[in-house]
Amino acid sequence: MDFSRISRRHLLQGGAALALGGTIGARAAHAAETTIGFIYVGSRDDYGYNQAHAQGAAALKKLPGIKVVEEEKVPETDAVEKTMESMINLDGSTLLFPTSFGYFNPHMIKIANKYPKIRFEHCGGLWTEKDPKNAGSYFGYIDEAQFISGIVAGYSTKSGKLGFVAAKPIPQVLRNINAFTLGAKLANPKATTQVIFTGDWSMPVKEAEATNSLIDQGVDVLTCHVDGPKTMVENAARRGAFVCGYHVNQSPLAPKAYLTGAEWNWEALYPKFLKMITSGESIPNFYRGGLKEEIVKCSPYGEAVSAEARKHADEMKAKLIAGEYTIFKGPILDNKGKTVIASGVDRGQKDPELEKMDYLIEGVIGATS
Amino acid sequence: MTTDTADSAEAVEAVGVAPAADPGFLQRYGAAIEYILIPGAALIGALATFGAFVALYGKNPLDLYFYMYQGAFGTWFSWQNTLTRAAPLILTALCTALPAQLGMVIIGGEGALLIGALTATSTALAMQWAPPLVVQIAMVVAGVIGGGLWITLSGALRQYRGVNETISSLLLVYIALAILNHLVEGVMRDPASLNKPSTREIGATNMIGTIPGTDVHWGLVFGLVCAIAAYILIYHTTFGFAARVAGGNIRAAKIVGLGVGKLIMTICFLAGACAGLAGMIEVAAVQGRTNANLAAGYGFTGILVAFLARQNPLAVIPVAILLGGISASGGLLQRRLGLPDASVLVLQGIIFVFVLASDALYGRIGFLKGKS
Repeated sequence: MDFSRISRRHLLQGGAALALGGTIGARAAHAAETTIGFIYVGSRDDYGYNQAHAQGAAALKKLPGIKVVEEEKVPETDAVEKTMESMINLDGSTLLFPTSFGYFNPHMIKIANKYPKIRFEHCGGLWTEKDPKNAGSYFGYIDEAQFISGIVAGYSTKSGKLGFVAAKPIPQVLRNINAFTLGAKLANPKATTQVIFTGDWSMPVKEAEATNSLIDQGVDVLTCHVDGPKTMVENAARRGAFVCGYHVNQSPLAPKAYLTGAEWNWEALYPKFLKMITSGESIPNFYRGGLKEEIVKCSPYGEAVSAEARKHADEMKAKLIAGEYTIFKGPILDNKGKTVIASGVDRGQKDPELEKMDYLIEGVIGATS
Repeated sequence: MTTDTADSAEAVEAVGVAPAADPGFLQRYGAAIEYILIPGAALIGALATFGAFVALYGKNPLDLYFYMYQGAFGTWFSWQNTLTRAAPLILTALCTALPAQLGMVIIGGEGALLIGALTATSTALAMQWAPPLVVQIAMVVAGVIGGGLWITLSGALRQYRGVNETISSLLLVYIALAILNHLVEGVMRDPASLNKPSTREIGATNMIGTIPGTDVHWGLVFGLVCAIAAYILIYHTTFGFAARVAGGNIRAAKIVGLGVGKLIMTICFLAGACAGLAGMIEVAAVQGRTNANLAAGYGFTGILVAFLARQNPLAVIPVAILLGGISASGGLLQRRLGLPDASVLVLQGIIFVFVLASDALYGRIGFLKGKS
């Protein structure tokens, strides 16, 4: 590949300048600094999943000697393979963050095998021993933050009816719904969570419809697990319901209605990764953590949150950070009456069984299929 | 045919002007020159307009053109990037271009692509015992039949029930997507695909791989062969002639005894077959299985390609490469100029408007008319 030989000056002289000529200050593609590439599946300012990563990227940009290149709305097809290669070949990136789940297999695996000297860090994938060593996956136990949101929601609801706008009934989403409900039941044992699945990650129209329909049925506190919570937050606030955010802090969208939220803390994790790399320490290929490891965090409480709710939520947060509390502790029944976690069984944060969750617990109104 | 780069269009212009002294030359080639000159000029106009648009945002348009060139055609890597993106577009464009010969506007290539992917994947999964070549051939057949029947459905609705084929083919896209999601999240789901519901993998040995010496998968060759075959079918066979007659005046075609119904069904099948093949290739060359990633919008970009190519199957090839190049350079525009992703859509839109508007110029350029 001889792309480095083609300079802009070269091209201008080559006649393509259409007689406009003139000299422009050359901007070198390859600089002495470290270049890091970020790839997003949606837009960077979606008040959601992608914005959370973009905030992490912004934290890296502030560090000296770091250049960040970003590309948004890259589909989970061979387009992302080409984007990764383009970032390596044309921008000189040495560390890549393909941040969408669907980028992992086969796309990132393929490119990681092809470029063994480049480091790949994927969000959400399940890296195993058979995958390339220069690739890794990281993720956060955000259900811990959803559990705290659930407690706050349980105190804030008047009707005892909570609503959850969810994308797909996959383990990660089900775990959030269940953790949120367990938190709410801690605050208000009679609380129920009604869930509506929209069927996909970004369905603004269906998300708005789901929000309205939940509120019509008496739900007065809502949360969600979709790529961009903006639709749910704005609609719920307009209808006078409270909301708990997801992915990033959405309080600027609804300052009065916003109670708290489950947020990613990539702006803490990414500089940590970089520090590990520069100090020669290797990043574990499989990296996970929750509130304690500062991979997830809770949004600051909104003004509507009562002192009682704050106290209880802070208390539970401290217990989770200290490792003194297990969210998924038996006995837990699913919403059809079947025991899913037996009495005496503690399913801790890292329990692989939780990664396969396929049920909704008692207190959740809805079905997985 | 349209042209890929600004300079080749310039060159064409030079050719077009130089032999103007010889009216015989113009009489013979005037129409052909028009087909190159007008879209070329439309393209230059669109690029200039986009440059002005970008300048309004305080970016240097020369930077823009440089990065577009570098990202799409400037290096060997960029060329491979462009061709990889063009490959599915050639096939999905044919799904619109072929029925257009009959005067039908089919915009449901995306649906046929998804169904083709689904049938091809099912076939491969059912034939895990067979040698790879047999599996691959069976996948091609399955993809072709699946996609073909899907668009034939639109054709049949139009022929026997008078349902507008544009609407029905578009709505069938959403039905195809719902079927795909239902199967992928239901009976066809690989239990190991926890957070990304997918079918089982078709197996590494059954993948069709890349063209030797390149990174571009075989889908490009499939696309080129189909486009050339479609061109020959439409312009050099009696079947194609009959189709064009029916497209020109359906009542006249019926009066002269052409089987219009049969023509509609056959052309719709062939159109859907092309898109179904694109779906099969996405599975067999890229994804290795079926999941929601397949709905990446190739079918919809294909409509744009077909219209820009004025529904000519051969012109689909350079237009697909051009749009592949624009999308390949889109990343570089985001990274180097900080333009939003939507800027590529803006450029596509501007090109579309310019090319459609330029339609009015055919037969009206004085010096190309010659003296007859």
